[in-house]
Amino acid sequence: MNTYAELPALYDRLIGDEKHHLAATSTLDVLWVLYDRVLRVDPAHPDAPDRDRFLLSKGHGPMAYYAILAAKGFFEKSTLDNWLDFGSILGYHPDRTLVPGVEIGSGSLGHGLPIALGQAIGLSGPRVFVLLGDGELDEGSNHEAIAVAGRRGQANLTAVVVDNASATHGWPGGIAARFAVEGWVTATADGRDHDALERALTTDHPDAPLAVVAEIREN
Amino acid sequence: MTTQTHQTTQTQRATGMREAFVHTLADALDRDDRVALVLAAISADRFTDQLRRHPNRVVDVGIREQAMIGVAAGLALTGHRTVVHSYAPFLVERPYEQIKLDLGHQGVGAILVSIGASHDDPATGRTHQAPADVTLLDALPGWTIHVPGHGDEVAPLLTAALATDDRVYLRLSTRQNTTPMPAAPGFTPLRHGGLGVVIAVGPVLDQVLAATEGLDVTVLYTNTIRPFDRTGLRAAVDSSAPAVVVVEPYLRDTSAAEVATTLRDLPHRQLNLGTRRDSELRAYGTPEQHDAVHGLDAAGIAVSVRDFLRVG
Repeated sequence: MNTYAELPALYDRLIGDEKHHLAATSTLDVLWVLYDRVLRVDPAHPDAPDRDRFLLSKGHGPMAYYAILAAKGFFEKSTLDNWLDFGSILGYHPDRTLVPGVEIGSGSLGHGLPIALGQAIGLSGPRVFVLLGDGELDEGSNHEAIAVAGRRGQANLTAVVVDNASATHGWPGGIAARFAVEGWVTATADGRDHDALERALTTDHPDAPLAVVAEIREN
Repeated sequence: MTTQTHQTTQTQRATGMREAFVHTLADALDRDDRVALVLAAISADRFTDQLRRHPNRVVDVGIREQAMIGVAAGLALTGHRTVVHSYAPFLVERPYEQIKLDLGHQGVGAILVSIGASHDDPATGRTHQAPADVTLLDALPGWTIHVPGHGDEVAPLLTAALATDDRVYLRLSTRQNTTPMPAAPGFTPLRHGGLGVVIAVGPVLDQVLAATEGLDVTVLYTNTIRPFDRTGLRAAVDSSAPAVVVVEPYLRDTSAAEVATTLRDLPHRQLNLGTRRDSELRAYGTPEQHDAVHGLDAAGIAVSVRDFLRVG
């Protein structure tokens, strides 16, 4: 139990029998690697003060996120069965006040990184991870936070950008360069390769924030 | 700094609220490591010592107002009591969705402290004026809104706000009344009369008292307009008459719905005075000249109130 192989069945409970959609979910693998190998979080104590924080800034399409939280035991798996119903804690956009283990309510793009920066500033010890999409980077609020975090050398902050080339006008020169020029350490990995993602997410960055670009290139 | 011109102007007209805020907050930051401050360049020169001494909870993000609110929310989520400070339009209007989501929707609080008010410095024009700030925050759930009328009212309001985790707006102005009033939660009765009730919010009290001199009306004062003191208004109406005038130094009608709700079982009349909604006032000049256009000077208030109460 609590394995990657369990996820399709959990995903089915949200979506029906369209298993291929899970494989197509761009955030699935990096979310799994984060929760399985990187984050110091305890489903039995989701509000522990010394926990790492994970913020899903890209709040759209949270099914993989919910499946992983259920697999890891943050809430009962049966919770998945009536998601989106009135009274369910699970909606199309997560709500931190309803779902154990969810650190921010998201859905409107461009809010997670500035909040993550504030948490990183306010925490001594725990690390803060925030996941964005490459399309979400269009929001200017991200670039406000990228500059401030870089200049502060906010070393307990990691931004994960899932890049499936969905940004309307693209990012010439690559996404990592947008962070690097502001003083971030950057690492790029195949967004389906768990070992490569783990290496990227655990890149040493003692004096600067870390940006991990998880590339998804299939259709 | 890009703010040099504004700060010079503010300093020349400064009569206490901003200084009281800086002094009170600097002291709180030094005494309580739970207190945090996020700035976006504005007023950073007033907190140089705190920026240096407390780099993990006193932050100047530069001219980045979206990040200013987001970072404040992150600090709040890690248990800090966070103050955010800028000019009213850059604090409330530019990052309005961040205020709605990063604070309200996340279920955390912060204290937003503005300067500039409605038309403290008309020479700066519309870009630096935010007469709708209170109205906008009132459209979001759970905000306590303070509109102090004197520099001496700032410290008690801020200190009380720091002791909570609520969402609080503290609207500072360079305009102020001659006499400070208590930082009471609701309406404070100042005069009693039989023709109706006149409410003065914050720094319009001097004009209201002058305008109603010799009129048989009840005058109420408050520096806390949200939550709205329905009990206090109802008691005042019950001992006067169901005719209510609200004089607010920001967008006209902002509290009209509160008055109507308070008196919904009672036939009543109400008059709302404040800055005009019908057009943008494209003029520079002095705050007093703008007051006159909005009908917020003593003469304008007197004409409106006498007409409303049908007295000569």
